[in-house]
Amino acid sequence: MGRPQTIGSQAKPQLWDFPGGLHLPEHKIDAPIRSMPLPKTLVFPLAQHIGAPAKPVVEVGDKVLRGQVIAEADGYVSTPVHASTSGKVIAIEERPVAHPSGLSARCIVLASDGRDKAAPGRTVEDFKALELVELRNIVRDAGVVGLGGAAFPSFIKLNPGSARIDTLVLNGAECEPYIACDQAVMAEEPADIVRGAQLIMHAVGARQTIIGIEDNKPRGIAALRKAIGEQQASNVRVVVVPSRYPQGGEKQLIQTLTGREIPSEGLPLDIGIVCHNVATASAVWRAVVYGEPLTERVITVTGPGIKTPSNLRVRLGTPVEDLVAAAGGLAEQGARLVMGGPMMGFALPNARVPAVKATNCILALRQADVRPEEPAMPCIRCGACAEVCPAGLLPQQLYWHARAGEFDKTQNYNLFDCIECGCCAQVCPSHIPLVQHYRFAKTEIWAEEREKRKADAARERHEFRNARLERIDAEKKAARAAKKAALQAKKAGGDPVGDAIAKAKAAKQAAPESDSKATDDPIAAAKAKAQARKAQKAQAEGAVPSAAAAQEAPKDDPVAAALAKAKAAKAAKQSDDKPDSDA
Amino acid sequence: MLSAVLALTALAVVFGLVLGFAAVRFKVEGDPLVEQIDKILPQTQCGQCNYPGCRPYAQAIADGEADINQCPPGGDEGVIKLAELLGREPKPLNPDNGVEKSMPTVAFIREDECIGCTLCIQACPVDAIVGARQQMHTVIVDECTGCDLCIPPCPVDCIDVVPVEPTVSTWTWPKPIDVAELPREAA
Amino acid sequence: MSGVTLSSPHLPVQPSVGGVMRGVLLALIPGTAAMVWLLGIGVLINIAVCVAACLVTEAACLRLRDRPLSPFMRDWTAILTGALIGLALPPLAPWWIAVIGGVSGIVLGKHLYGGLGFNPFNPAMVGYVVLLISFPTELTLWTVERADVATTLAAQFGGLGASALDAVTAASPLDGLRTGLSQNLTVDEARIASVFASGGWGWVNLGFLLGGLWMIWRKLITWQIPVAMLAGLGIMALVFWLIDGDRHADPLFHLMSGAAMLGAFFIATDPVSGATTPRGKLVFGFGIGVLVYLIRQWGGYPDGVAFGVLLMNMTVPLLDTHLQPRVYGQGKAGRPDR
Repeated sequence: MGRPQTIGSQAKPQLWDFPGGLHLPEHKIDAPIRSMPLPKTLVFPLAQHIGAPAKPVVEVGDKVLRGQVIAEADGYVSTPVHASTSGKVIAIEERPVAHPSGLSARCIVLASDGRDKAAPGRTVEDFKALELVELRNIVRDAGVVGLGGAAFPSFIKLNPGSARIDTLVLNGAECEPYIACDQAVMAEEPADIVRGAQLIMHAVGARQTIIGIEDNKPRGIAALRKAIGEQQASNVRVVVVPSRYPQGGEKQLIQTLTGREIPSEGLPLDIGIVCHNVATASAVWRAVVYGEPLTERVITVTGPGIKTPSNLRVRLGTPVEDLVAAAGGLAEQGARLVMGGPMMGFALPNARVPAVKATNCILALRQADVRPEEPAMPCIRCGACAEVCPAGLLPQQLYWHARAGEFDKTQNYNLFDCIECGCCAQVCPSHIPLVQHYRFAKTEIWAEEREKRKADAARERHEFRNARLERIDAEKKAARAAKKAALQAKKAGGDPVGDAIAKAKAAKQAAPESDSKATDDPIAAAKAKAQARKAQKAQAEGAVPSAAAAQEAPKDDPVAAALAKAKAAKAAKQSDDKPDSDA
Repeated sequence: MLSAVLALTALAVVFGLVLGFAAVRFKVEGDPLVEQIDKILPQTQCGQCNYPGCRPYAQAIADGEADINQCPPGGDEGVIKLAELLGREPKPLNPDNGVEKSMPTVAFIREDECIGCTLCIQACPVDAIVGARQQMHTVIVDECTGCDLCIPPCPVDCIDVVPVEPTVSTWTWPKPIDVAELPREAA
Repeated sequence: MSGVTLSSPHLPVQPSVGGVMRGVLLALIPGTAAMVWLLGIGVLINIAVCVAACLVTEAACLRLRDRPLSPFMRDWTAILTGALIGLALPPLAPWWIAVIGGVSGIVLGKHLYGGLGFNPFNPAMVGYVVLLISFPTELTLWTVERADVATTLAAQFGGLGASALDAVTAASPLDGLRTGLSQNLTVDEARIASVFASGGWGWVNLGFLLGGLWMIWRKLITWQIPVAMLAGLGIMALVFWLIDGDRHADPLFHLMSGAAMLGAFFIATDPVSGATTPRGKLVFGFGIGVLVYLIRQWGGYPDGVAFGVLLMNMTVPLLDTHLQPRVYGQGKAGRPDR
């Protein structure tokens, strides 16, 4: 660990090494950012990152402007969603979203009016004049989240709490094959990235910024170095790191740049570091200074299945099929569409799902570009996976226990330190989908925990209910005893009031008998309907309805008697209406 | 002879004291058996085991009155866990108590048909139904255990049993299958 | 089809079990060629018979166990097992020796435990040890010089008794050394010839060393087990040779004779039954090396690779549990760099 090596051209900064990793074919395009036409329909999932989904604040039919909040944050780990163009809300409903499950989730659907009219935003002249809390609120209200792929709300990372931060790491490594959007942003918005770095350093109290970029992105490196020179930002430096997947993993990049390791289950905060993606820094800057909420991002649409691989500036909510069309369309029908990179992305169920804040890449892969769909061979314990694991795990042991359903043992082998980078699965000669095994184990463990929480809550509520029933029972008993005592006392004294009450009671009891046709009572009607339905069901099941149902009804209840009669009649009618063959 | 007897007695006393002290001093505070059984039970509180709730059933198992295969919501998995805890042989669920549901369910009240009779509220073992007399009722989905105890009392049959569909946040990855687990025909 | 999901990574995968096994078989070629040159065509016949026996047995076992045939028949593991057993047999051993070895290896060493990936012991060595214990005479008769084709065929298929082969067979150098030492000869007197002299096993070992290095370069195996095993054997030999050079052969003799190189690079590196963590591999390999020396020097058999490997196979669960690598972020807290 920590084997120092030197690389780079200018200052030759000291670098550390991380274990494992892979040299993968890059397949990266170096294309300028291109805008695409406004989509006709945009879909905004309410949940775009971990934490609570946003709450809609618009209704179907509402007209909205670009940058207007259409769903507000609900809870701490939550950010609002903004309309990314002007138009009309046409639905708030379940729509397929970008998720490996292919399931649907609540979305706000917007029909663009083509005018792209923006809501007025507020601008800030000098961010240093703002209170830090106000700064964070602006970033939150602008809906800025990490643009590297995890989409964690950025304002939370601007709040170091009691931790002392010395270094801001900006992640421009972009180590996954194919993905090229960060390089494009670094090449075209370097000034905003450097200014964003100053702003974040101010917010978290860091002294320096290290921008880590893999050595295969000369354009991004040059542009950022130039911008740093122009702004005379001596506290920001670009450090070129070797290209090796997963160099761009937060943990790996921090280890390479500083030699520090984030403790298990810890955060970069714990070792005095805050880490943001380069594009996030730019988005934070624009949100604060220009008052621009996050309504667009750069997405690489690429892969051998795409005719014209491109870096597109995309309005959030744009359906993936529009992105593919803007990149020239598919080169081959039936190509697999992947959101994210080839190592960690997930296959999309269809092309209608919208691009979201976390979408950095849309990859179209032909059959020849992906692993064959075949069942895996057994693990031969060759250990190739352990050789490449950047977390120092034993993937073969994790697999062994996950496969056997021994989830507690997977945790003993530190399952949750797995970053799902996919190196192990990539080198496995048995072609075992190792990452899927770990995801299976992780999601099963979470499901078990949810079930346990639910069982505990149910137990608690049941016990509470039992206690309450006991209390009420005791109270009733006490009341009855008291009443009895009082009555006895009164009887002894000859109480006229008591007699009156008794008389009234008798009268009341007699009353319903005289009024037996309670047919206009809606409750009774509903009951009758239900009974009829029950009877019908019973009929269908071959039971004898009317007699049994009539007997079910308590005899001294006139309403029930009436119902039973009605029900029997209806049942008879039903059975007449329906021929036997229909049953 | 006498010295030997005395020595052994003295040793016995000393070791007895040490063991006694250790037993008190280092006593392992484990959950009582009933608690451990109760933890395994699913807390559906459905009464299908013929006991009025999970805890009474746990008590009955601990007392040897009830068998371990009377809890359909816990399923065969639950029986196996109980068997492990109690050191017994697992056995299939007793069909007299019902069958395991293929997927979790919750109760759902068709609110336009509800007449507000409160009978379901009284039946619910975990207070998961809210409403008042003459007002429509509704089920708190997160609290419902899917015990179905509210179904029979409803006079208008407006309660449905609906399966809990996985959502994006509760979905679990399927387990991949490898060749070693495939039968001959499949490959 | 069910069971196939679209989890990442979404890239084509190059290596395959069959590919790895084919690579290992290729790497056997130089050593095997040296053996053929040294001992005659019998080596190849042994390999062929053994491989055939292994393949037939593998298919039969899969059938009996109701497992899919084609993926396992195409994974080349049974072929490799057969080749390794074949290489371990004396060139004039009768054909049924090879058959029994192959069948035992596949049945006892592999399928009784659940087939590929589930066997705790090295199948090739299980097969070989079954032969070594059951047919000690046939297994210790090695030719002095290259046997011609006619003699070989007569010995292997003609039912020629072992005694009839006395004219052409003799003990291997290791066996000769052990017999000589037991007769109070010194190492120099006991050694029939240098390992690199004509008929020297040194050339065979050199061939396997070459193939092994190629495998490390091609990343078919990792360096830990072979290096540790050769270090274990070498260090033991060096220590005892320095103590008493008359009673103990020098390290080079040990490293270059018998199945040292074949064992280090091709047998001990069987992934399924070996240790799987980097540190575990080092201990595993070193343990084999030490055991090989102990068995050669004081045990009841001239060479100890088979028993060394099988004994260390037993320790694998322990090694893998206790010699895990340090996980990122575990144990060591973040260490500030300055």
